[in-house]
Amino acid sequence: MAKLSLSELRSIREREERNLKKRDIHGRTVHVVVAMGTSGINAGAKVTLNAIADEVEKQGLGNVIITQTGSAYPNPEPVVEVFTPKDGLVVYGSVDKDAAIRIVSEHLVGGKIVEDKKIELKEEE
Amino acid sequence: MGFKNYILVCGGTGCESSRSDQIYHALIDEAQAQGVSDQVQVIKTGCFGFCEQGPIVKILPEDSFYVQVKPEDAKELIAEHVIKGREVTRLLYNKAPRKAYEEVEDIKFYQKQLRIVLRNCGSIDPENIDEYIAADGYKALEKVLFEMTPDQVIDELKTAGLRGRGGAGFPTWMKWNFTKQAEGDEKYVVCNADEGDPGAYMDRSTLEGDPHSVLEAMTICGHTIGAHHGYIYIRAEYPLAIHRLEVAMKQAREYGLLGKDILGSGFDYDIEIRLGAGAFVCGEETALLQSIEGHRGMPQPRPPFPAVKGLWGKPTVINNVETWANVAQIINKGGAWFASIGTADSHGTKVFALTGKICNSGLVEVPMGTTLREIVYDIGGGIAHGKKFKAVQTGGPSGGVITEENLDTPIDFGGLQKIGSMMGSGGMIVMDEDDCIVDVAKFYLNFTVDESCGKCAPCRIGGKSLCNILEKITQGKGEPEDIKQIQQIAHAMRIGSLCALGQTAPNPVLSSLRYFPEEYQAHIHDKKCPSGKCKKLISYEINPSKCIGCTACSRKCPVGAISGEVKKPHKINGNVCIKCGVCKETCKFSAIEIH
Repeated sequence: MAKLSLSELRSIREREERNLKKRDIHGRTVHVVVAMGTSGINAGAKVTLNAIADEVEKQGLGNVIITQTGSAYPNPEPVVEVFTPKDGLVVYGSVDKDAAIRIVSEHLVGGKIVEDKKIELKEEE
Repeated sequence: MGFKNYILVCGGTGCESSRSDQIYHALIDEAQAQGVSDQVQVIKTGCFGFCEQGPIVKILPEDSFYVQVKPEDAKELIAEHVIKGREVTRLLYNKAPRKAYEEVEDIKFYQKQLRIVLRNCGSIDPENIDEYIAADGYKALEKVLFEMTPDQVIDELKTAGLRGRGGAGFPTWMKWNFTKQAEGDEKYVVCNADEGDPGAYMDRSTLEGDPHSVLEAMTICGHTIGAHHGYIYIRAEYPLAIHRLEVAMKQAREYGLLGKDILGSGFDYDIEIRLGAGAFVCGEETALLQSIEGHRGMPQPRPPFPAVKGLWGKPTVINNVETWANVAQIINKGGAWFASIGTADSHGTKVFALTGKICNSGLVEVPMGTTLREIVYDIGGGIAHGKKFKAVQTGGPSGGVITEENLDTPIDFGGLQKIGSMMGSGGMIVMDEDDCIVDVAKFYLNFTVDESCGKCAPCRIGGKSLCNILEKITQGKGEPEDIKQIQQIAHAMRIGSLCALGQTAPNPVLSSLRYFPEEYQAHIHDKKCPSGKCKKLISYEINPSKCIGCTACSRKCPVGAISGEVKKPHKINGNVCIKCGVCKETCKFSAIEIH
């Protein structure tokens, strides 16, 4: 009797592939950057980050990279930058948990910018 | 909630010797201490190849490539990068600032590389079979066991045109086919992991970084030729590779990917490790088989070839580690895919261990047909310390030198042979203007003389005689007839030696004679060593116009050979000087010259 059947091997592969793919960043075109400076975290950026990460995972979006940045913005925090090939860079302000979920489902999945949360980023040199 | 960051720490031998294991544990401890162990997964991988800059730590998804990391840096990496999302610039290889959403351009070292053999090295945890399975591992075995006939497997290898990566470049499908067709109730599969060329470490890194790729390929071969037993012959000097292999074999057995009735196919197969004592000659296949059987590792006359009469007198396939590491990919992606890479003469890629006087030493895998110039300058970053390129030695002690004029030769089996060198196992030692070509040839010959098993006279006596002549030349006692005698002995060794060790041992001398005859002449006729390496042929002198009389050199000289008054040019007494070179290193005014 074989220890592992063909189908068991395949299910291990399927399960592990999902985990391994998370590390593969090549070909990911959508970037979400959450501002996690001291003031950002104070304003709730950590909740925002977790909400985005959970929602991306839930929706099974394989082309998204979520990263953090430390820079502080003179903007209503928490600030989230979304970069897509279609719309380029869009910056959102006052992103709470609900707004985070909306950004993922409307902007990342639906391709529609969440206009009411959009802000103009002040250029800083 | 999944992990937000993945930290890949290089676990190759090179980086481990620079404490990467401590870095790995420090990162785990720090993540724990700073309360983010649920957000970050630390993974120890195989060799990244960029050994010059090791230990290497890569953090995803930012793709931050940290180099020369120390265990003490773990705290900052976790606090800054993982928690605050700020890259630790001082440790980055590419320090130029970039926006978080900017596409990361590959580091130049990796741009021209194509990784087939090393595909998993630096990306998966070699001690976790699940990660290998996730990266399409054991998929090829599935295909071979359930969908393909043994003849189809051999046909696929034939279409691929895979040639042995151990050095000789013999078509792999032919070896398998001969063994399959050979009569015999019992057959064997052997992996030659007795890597011995000076400077070569691709087999070690492959086994350390992706041991399952070799196990899978050996199992595929066993099923194809009708063998139930495999041996991996590996030198005991590779403890980490052995450890990773043992872990991999244990995990494969637990999953039943080795052992009885693999995946319910009814096919039984298992693999054993045999440790070698590090004799170079045991890389020769017949000597290797002798050693597995428990005899002294001495080559045997061929034919009969191992495919007919190998281990324990039974038909045996013996392939090198790098060859094995290609097999599963060929089965998965098809022979035609493999054949589309490389040149007409040689398909696929080749891994080279780039070492010597080069900026970026490390392990590189490039498509066959890449030129040496691309490897040395684009990938290797050119010659270290702004020195001038002199030559590259390929093929180790069996190969030869490649000079400036041949830098644009596409590298494949045939191309290298044409210019008097050979592929060998893929060691590439770069030499600059400070290296003396006679001295280098002497080094390789000394190596083969040491490693000769002594069985046949041409190798045993010929090698020693050649060595003596070279020694004489570097001592300044060379005579014009020496060149002719070198050629005669070399010829005798080539045609008279039993195995490749003796047959190819004169190659470094012959090839350096071919490309640098003037350097030999300088040693023999002018009693001079142009690169200032051969101690008997040089003298250190102080240039009085540059010397300011600071006395630094005379204080450092271990034999008191330098004299002079303060603030006045000094002098070296040539009768006392031992030519250690300390004065030259000490002098801040470049006043000490070699003549």
